[in-house]
Amino acid sequence: MAPAASILSIEDLSIAYDRDKYAVKNVTATVRKNAITAIMGPSGCGKTTLLRAINRMHELYPNISTEGKIKLYGDNIYEMPTIELRRKIGMVFQRPNPFPTMSIYENVIAGYKLNGIHLKRSERDEIVETTLRDVTLWDEVKNALHKKGTFLSGGQQQRLCVARALAFKPEIILLDEPTSALDPVSTAKIEDLLVELKQHYTIILVTHNMSQAARISDNSMFMYLGELIEYEDTKTMFTNPKDPRTEGYLTGKFG
Amino acid sequence: MDSSILQKRKAMIATTHFGVRSFKSRLFFSIVLLFALITISIVFLIIGTLVVKGYHQINWSFFTQVAPDTFDAMMANASGKIIPGGILNGITGTLLLVGLASVIAIPFGIVIGIYLYENATKRYAGVIRDISDVLQGVPSIVVGLIVYLWVVVDITKGYSVLAGSVALAIMMLPLIIRSTEESMKMVPTTLKEAAIALGTPYYKVILRVLIPSSFSGLITGVLLAVSRVLGETAPLLLTTLGNSSVNWNLAKPVSAVPLLIWQFYNDPNMVNLIWSSSLFLMGFVLLLNILSKWIAAKKSIQ
Ligand SMILES: Nc1ncnc2c1ncn2[C@@H]1O[C@H](COP(=O)(O)OP(=O)(O)OP(=O)(O)O)[C@@H](O)[C@H]1O
Ligand SMILES: [Mg+2]
Repeated sequence: MAPAASILSIEDLSIAYDRDKYAVKNVTATVRKNAITAIMGPSGCGKTTLLRAINRMHELYPNISTEGKIKLYGDNIYEMPTIELRRKIGMVFQRPNPFPTMSIYENVIAGYKLNGIHLKRSERDEIVETTLRDVTLWDEVKNALHKKGTFLSGGQQQRLCVARALAFKPEIILLDEPTSALDPVSTAKIEDLLVELKQHYTIILVTHNMSQAARISDNSMFMYLGELIEYEDTKTMFTNPKDPRTEGYLTGKFG
Repeated sequence: MDSSILQKRKAMIATTHFGVRSFKSRLFFSIVLLFALITISIVFLIIGTLVVKGYHQINWSFFTQVAPDTFDAMMANASGKIIPGGILNGITGTLLLVGLASVIAIPFGIVIGIYLYENATKRYAGVIRDISDVLQGVPSIVVGLIVYLWVVVDITKGYSVLAGSVALAIMMLPLIIRSTEESMKMVPTTLKEAAIALGTPYYKVILRVLIPSSFSGLITGVLLAVSRVLGETAPLLLTTLGNSSVNWNLAKPVSAVPLLIWQFYNDPNMVNLIWSSSLFLMGFVLLLNILSKWIAAKKSIQ
């Protein structure tokens, strides 16, 4: 598959825990810009590992070894300073994790604060408002900006975490099962939000929820035991899977 | 279920003496209750004795004047008055000693605690953890002796605040190391990851996320370490000796509340001052304990 405008290319990537325990095996794929790419597969197949390799968060684990390359606009991310890379590739986690010591306002600009980037008052206000509007949280919190982010509901907290990742204007946003801890209404809001956001950002989403992938993603990867089995236009994958394992997973035979 | 097993069960239930069993459990419960009551009453007896014996010596001058000399105390005793003077030299000395000890022990303890948390499984960390445990077990008089050799003899050439503080700091260190590591462990890893995913440099993750998120735990640990050394007497006898007046010079000897209690105990004319001084010390420790409990409780509500 050769996407029209690609932003990221994964080239023969293999990742092992404890040297020989491969969690990702020889994955090669290009990710399309301004699209939502879903990563699916049964539990333990390496989705999280692959996702975290894209902003090198997987390097936090001890004894990890990485072979192959990932290129962002042609530059190998494994040769970039991690700090710079992570500003370009933001991340949202499975459970909402706003900083409990910071207010909603501070959480949004946490990336700037934690990196010691000084902003003028007006710039900060501007970033906080536009970002919170982008994640459709502004109307709900505009009168409580200086309260702690942990007082919000789970869904609101997760949107705050998306805002925190967006405030830096990254190229790509990685999300690891961002709605698995949320109720259906909050889930629907996040899904709408992601569809909205893809106009300006590239989104890579790990999901266990096949209908979620079908609803919002443009392309889908199916992984199995660390291998990328199938990578397709989402419609094609769901209507006409090529590999029997993909078909088995999609029809609920395993996973 | 197999019918023979069922039969056996029924037979077993029939032969169990419920009366005996509930008697045993009631006996056990009574013993536990008794032990608990004894423990509680010891605490109340200590506080009660100190209050009853010490309260009449506590007045304004108790906090604003230095300890009297034995002659004044004798005169007061003879005429049935309360002993004049107070324990200002002890209070200021204790604050100075514990303050300086904290200034030394807190940064060390927190840095090492964070190191242990960050490298939990590394071998060096295990060694440091063991050494810290050993340090915690070193008798305080031995700490005093060592500091006498290192600081009193070699550095300040005489008993000094510095020496006393170093001794107290050594005793606080393992407590702070342990409590720092434990409270760092309470911070969810996802917060650390959130900061790292924003491109935050490592030292800022620690300074701006880990430390603020575990702040109440750190404070609690420090307060408990302080209250632990507040009453230390033996190491201070060997390092800072005592002083009959208020002293702020770090190279000179200083008094401390527990040192005064020891002096009062050794002077028949001053015996009455033991109780008020002990009451003060006890109150101080109790206050720190309540404060740390309150901080910990406030955190858990969040
Ligand atoms: N820190 C780790 N140390 C050792 N092995 C790990 C570690 N994390 C994951 N693994 C192993 O790597 C493999 C892939 O894990 P990964 O978390 O990437 O799977 P996943 O597809 O995200 O699973 P899930 O759907 O359950 O989240 C699994 O076999 C897992 O046991
Ligand atoms: Mg996962």
